[in-house]
Amino acid sequence: MTRGNLQRQLAQTSDDPTLKVSLTVNGERVERVVSVRMLLSDFLRHELRLTGTHVGCEHGICGCCTVLIDGKSGRSCLTLVAQAQGAEVTTIEALAAEDGRLHAIQQAFKECHALQCGFCTPGMIMNIFGRFNEPQALDLTDDGIRTMLSGNLCRCTGYVNIIAAVRRAAQLAGRA
Amino acid sequence: MKPPLFRYQAPRTLKEAVVALASDPDAMVLAGGQSLLPAMNFRLANPSLLVDIQHVAELKGIAIEGGQIIVKAMTRHRELELDERVRAANPLLNEAMAHVAHIPIRNRGTVVGSLCHADGAAEVPLVLVLLGGSVLVEGPAGRREIAADEFFRFHLTTTRRRDEIAFEARFPVLRADSGSAFDEVTRRHGDYAIAGVGAVVRMNADGRTSEVRLAACGVTSRPIRLAEAEKLLTGTALSEADLKAAGRAAAEAVTAPDDMHASNAYRRRAVATLVRRMAAKAATRARERIGR
Repeated sequence: MTRGNLQRQLAQTSDDPTLKVSLTVNGERVERVVSVRMLLSDFLRHELRLTGTHVGCEHGICGCCTVLIDGKSGRSCLTLVAQAQGAEVTTIEALAAEDGRLHAIQQAFKECHALQCGFCTPGMIMNIFGRFNEPQALDLTDDGIRTMLSGNLCRCTGYVNIIAAVRRAAQLAGRA
Repeated sequence: MKPPLFRYQAPRTLKEAVVALASDPDAMVLAGGQSLLPAMNFRLANPSLLVDIQHVAELKGIAIEGGQIIVKAMTRHRELELDERVRAANPLLNEAMAHVAHIPIRNRGTVVGSLCHADGAAEVPLVLVLLGGSVLVEGPAGRREIAADEFFRFHLTTTRRRDEIAFEARFPVLRADSGSAFDEVTRRHGDYAIAGVGAVVRMNADGRTSEVRLAACGVTSRPIRLAEAEKLLTGTALSEADLKAAGRAAAEAVTAPDDMHASNAYRRRAVATLVRRMAAKAATRARERIGR
């Protein structure tokens, strides 16, 4: 079969239905036409090039892809970008100030050496950030912090320093 | 892992959603997506159409009316967990909800979605069965209310027909003379339960129970009431011997075979222990509530 014949037989367009989505990401309005099955995590990383949001397991176990959706933490790998239609999404890129000054949680992670390879860190921080945004009092006992972080896996197993960082972050953020 | 191809609709009213769901025999309802999306990524579910109900305004919110906590279909787990009115009306919901996965998942996943997913080890279905609540569904043939013990058939299987949308769930308010308790055994916080037990105990002024309700999850293919154990504890003062006998009876209800998480024998012991602890804890709380 010649190349021309082969090309004519191949589909020229995808069967994948598309959808126009518009949402706010880190304060900026974005509009794209995307596949309806595109995950929010892939939208952030591939369409917007916001690669701070990491993708680990893609089924909700590891927590690396955690972002805020309308102010609440959520798994971007378990959310279709279609489900974020009209929503306000906040990613790790929005945490530090314009001048590079770290957010209290980032500062605490730095001070407490709460990251080794750093792969899980954006998800950890966005989960903690989401919890700090809730008005309910924080449980800063070891057990309470472990429960807060139960949905984030660190495969360097650096949990001791991460727990210390949560406590330090609560101090820095005036939540202790 | 990405989900397979599907078409997508986001209706604005329940009526439109019912029409959309009925239009395609392989359509599925998308609420929070915290069970459905992983199932699609794993190709365990392959719907041709997703009907996203998140923009249906009438499916949002929680109301407490006529002795029932009414939870609309788009209510997220975390909303129910943090609702102070719900905590006052029935503290069991708050206590059980804290065991459902993790906060970021509870922020997205819905209570009614968990009921419809009907995992045999999930907490929310157990609570519905324990309290004797119900699920309301609407399909092309109209609305109906399905009692909890009629709703769950098997792991991931309910009596909701595939063209029906569960639009709300009803959890009874806890009586003033009753206490409740829930706990579970898991390998890690937030996992599905290896065994979970909930108890509601109603106390008489003489220190004896007038009603005991017990339910378990993770030990059969669906959440179940522990009828034999309930019978053994009703009318007693919950002595150590009564509790032990109830635990032994509850262990007989365990049908789950050995699996990679736990053996059948382990689950039997876990359920027996949880029944003893939860019945005693619920009774203590009932006494505190009466004393107040």
